[in-house]
Amino acid sequence: MILRHAELGEWRSVRRALDFPSFYSGPSVGVPHNAAIPSMDDTPPIIRVEHLVKQFGEVTAVNDVSFDVRRGEIFAFLGPNGAGKTTTIRMLTTLLPPTGGTLELDGLDPVHQQNAVRRRIGVVFQDPSLDQDLTAWENLDLHGVLYGVPRTERHARADRLLELFELADRRNSVVKTFSGGMRRRLEIARGLLHTPRVLFLDEPTLGLDPQSRNQMWTHVQNLNQTDGVTVFLTTHYMDEADRVAHRIAIIDHGRIVAIGSSAELKERTNTQSLEAAYLALTGTDIRDEFAGATDRMRQAAQMWRRR
Amino acid sequence: MSVVFALWMREVRKYFRSPAQMIGTLGSPVMYLGVLGFGLGRIFERAGEGSYLQFIAPGIIGMTILFTSTFSGMALLWDRQFGFLKETMVAPVPRLTIMVGRTVGGATVALFQGLLVFGISLLAGFRPAHVLVVPTAILVMALVALVFSAMGTIIGSSLKEMQGFQIIMNFLVMPIFFLSGALYPLNNLPAALTVLTRLDPLSYGVDALRGVLTGRMHFPLALNILALVVAASVLMVLGAWRFSKIEV
Repeated sequence: MILRHAELGEWRSVRRALDFPSFYSGPSVGVPHNAAIPSMDDTPPIIRVEHLVKQFGEVTAVNDVSFDVRRGEIFAFLGPNGAGKTTTIRMLTTLLPPTGGTLELDGLDPVHQQNAVRRRIGVVFQDPSLDQDLTAWENLDLHGVLYGVPRTERHARADRLLELFELADRRNSVVKTFSGGMRRRLEIARGLLHTPRVLFLDEPTLGLDPQSRNQMWTHVQNLNQTDGVTVFLTTHYMDEADRVAHRIAIIDHGRIVAIGSSAELKERTNTQSLEAAYLALTGTDIRDEFAGATDRMRQAAQMWRRR
Repeated sequence: MSVVFALWMREVRKYFRSPAQMIGTLGSPVMYLGVLGFGLGRIFERAGEGSYLQFIAPGIIGMTILFTSTFSGMALLWDRQFGFLKETMVAPVPRLTIMVGRTVGGATVALFQGLLVFGISLLAGFRPAHVLVVPTAILVMALVALVFSAMGTIIGSSLKEMQGFQIIMNFLVMPIFFLSGALYPLNNLPAALTVLTRLDPLSYGVDALRGVLTGRMHFPLALNILALVVAASVLMVLGAWRFSKIEV
């Protein structure tokens, strides 16, 4: 299997993605369920994490975590609230320096080669990160400028993404007037505007209806298959991980407790579904998220906005 | 360069998109001009200082620019709160570029606001020495806007939450305004006050503006401009440094 890595500026691949027939396809048409795992034994992993540690004062959020993500893989990171998923993503995406251990993304160090790493990644954050005073279109356009996407490509792609996520009729509305679901869709559309080598999706479908979720995952799988975009995602919806992920890592209390394909995890835990496997691995206790007062307030505000 | 332009455009767009805010922030300048300009006018004239409106109008323009540019720099805190800051911070763009785009954008908005107040002061009866001095006055305004937009960026990058806002307002922004000679002449002040007024960058901004517009000036124009350029440069460098240290 030959994988094409979308170079920033190599816009042929973008066009390929846009021409891909199922880009416009309805909810029921999509990429085959759980497409074959890319066998990438000959190429080095695109993400390499070794003995990663992150401490916030007394609290150890990530505790000696090691894993690899292969090139062209869709890799899911599952775990209870406060397990260290977002913290790991923040470190990989250059937003947070680790306390210990080593990180590598496409052969680069996210701590010391921030700009080079940023050029290779796309991030859809867990929390909202849109400019609420700008329109949907302006948010997308600004993102394209920030990532150096040439104007014509930027505009064509923004138009299509707005259509894909059914926001075309609201393209010139200020984001402030959007519902929670619309904001989330716009946020995802924005993350897909440039073709990164690694796309980080931190609970991207939180608060989305099944139609939008389906649409989004279909598109993500397309990007993965046509452009070889590696996808690193977190989610609480086991069916999503089951559907799209080639491999799944389960993290709990800052440590990786299991890693493997959905089938492997089920086999190991002797369970029928990924959800059952997940619960077998992480237990059934509800976790208290370790969050500061601001985080809690932000969460409350988010919940109110989504009503 | 296109990133700087896009971020600049963002600030300008937002400004024109919220007329309520635009008009709302005109409240205090209008009050100062009206109440002080006419209320203290007679005393000022009796003291042999000439028309108070002529004196105070450049000061009020300076005040407007000070407030608007500091606040638009501090809008960084809102972007942090609403998450947009993360979007720019994770983009493959040097932080300096982002900082420059934001800061110059904020300064532009403040300049617009200053021009609005200039227009209002004309309506109130303020008369510049000559129509040809207006372009020079606009340049001075732009310089003042840049100084305090950079200051706002420093504050916005250093604070984590809006809670610090009142402290900044009461212990930094208001003193800068009251010590600047916007409301009173800078001569014959007590020694301590003289020192403080000379440390205040707005003193030079207001003085330059007043000098250019009305011909009445406390310091030489060259000194005023030099002080503003030095303040702008130092604050921009500090702002860029603080901005590069932001963790989101």
